[in-house]
Amino acid sequence: MSTDTTKTVDARGLSCPQPVILTLDAIKNMASGTVTVLVDTDASRENVARAAGFRGWNVAESPAQDDATALTLTK
Amino acid sequence: MKNFFASTWGVVLVGAVIGVVAVLLQYLGNPPNMGVCVACFERDIAGALGLHRAGVVQYMRPEIIGFVLGSLAAALIFRDFRARAGSAPIIRFVLGFFAMIGALVFLGCPWRALLRLAGGDLNAILGLAGLAVGVFIGTLFLRKGYSLGRSNKSPAMVGLMLPLIMVVFLVLLFLFPAIAPQGEEKSVQNLIWHSVAGPGSMHAALGISLGVGLLVGFIAQRSRFCTMGAFRDLFLFRQMHLMLGVIALVVAAVILNLVLGSFNAGFEGQPVAHSLYLWNFLGMVLAGWAFALAGGCPGRQLFMAGEGDGDAATFVLGMIAGAAFSHNFSMASSPNGIGAYGDIGVYVGLATCLLISVAMLKSKGGNQ
Repeated sequence: MSTDTTKTVDARGLSCPQPVILTLDAIKNMASGTVTVLVDTDASRENVARAAGFRGWNVAESPAQDDATALTLTK
Repeated sequence: MKNFFASTWGVVLVGAVIGVVAVLLQYLGNPPNMGVCVACFERDIAGALGLHRAGVVQYMRPEIIGFVLGSLAAALIFRDFRARAGSAPIIRFVLGFFAMIGALVFLGCPWRALLRLAGGDLNAILGLAGLAVGVFIGTLFLRKGYSLGRSNKSPAMVGLMLPLIMVVFLVLLFLFPAIAPQGEEKSVQNLIWHSVAGPGSMHAALGISLGVGLLVGFIAQRSRFCTMGAFRDLFLFRQMHLMLGVIALVVAAVILNLVLGSFNAGFEGQPVAHSLYLWNFLGMVLAGWAFALAGGCPGRQLFMAGEGDGDAATFVLGMIAGAAFSHNFSMASSPNGIGAYGDIGVYVGLATCLLISVAMLKSKGGNQ
């Protein structure tokens, strides 16, 4: 288990379920840390937030460039 | 922005609304256990366009048009419209094609499988089991890195193309309504074809069908309701979210069927169905696998097309083409059983899904 890691997942342009798969892959072995996930559809944003929230991660949203949204997952 | 429909209660509400309006549509004239069936209705549209000449299944179904335009409206109002395309469109076309071949061997899309079950048609259990197995096979490849690659942000016109085609379909239906039959034919042609016998001749009034289509398109776009996703998310993530919407659909439809006296449990003599267990199962294995590889059930593909996804639109066109071939090449089932080449169609479809699944593993999450 790694701790206090920082990772970025670029899920722009990917359709479900890949944004969630990539996000869960990223947080799988992390006890704590920060993961930034870039998404560009509302469905991906909701799905990633739901899946991460379900696993005990805090989710914050902020606008990113090119109409994308950056989800910051912290635990 | 908080989206109520994306919450658990939201998707449950959407599932229940779909179950209720589908059974109401049956009550108001749509074929039995076929209040809403995306595969059947796209097949009917292929027939209305003369792409196949199975006279009993030709009608420009307004529900399909409404699904796309209702989704477009929701996406525009809630600033969720994103024109995008370019994620392996030709493969999506082929997946749509074979998804339809499989669905027409079973005789229904997943929505109709649920509605058939809710009407007491126990053959639907085989279909739903097949759907689950097909989706599960798809998730095995998704886990291993299967991906059709990234789509690209595109000009709005790309996302508006399928909605515009749907508007043209609607105009055709208004301008060229059914005319009185001349002879013994099963359908009449007034530019487009209209069944005068069989399931294609059974439909609720145009305004009702269109209105229901728009309503369902609107709320389903907001909720991301997807029957394939329900199984997939359960298998991949142990998440029940979408499955609760599916369960709500069945529960609501069963209750309304009981109230209206249209619940009739059994395997034999079910409307627009056959009871060949193996083919009910295998048809939906093929369909479920293709849906999983393409990221959505036929309904969801229509809603994604409405919110600007040109790749989902390509899948829809693939389904319509698949329906034409299914009937032209005697692959579609009927209440008498599977078509002369239905078995071959399923085998070729399964082989094609396997080929695509393996060939698209490399891209590893599309992270090129």
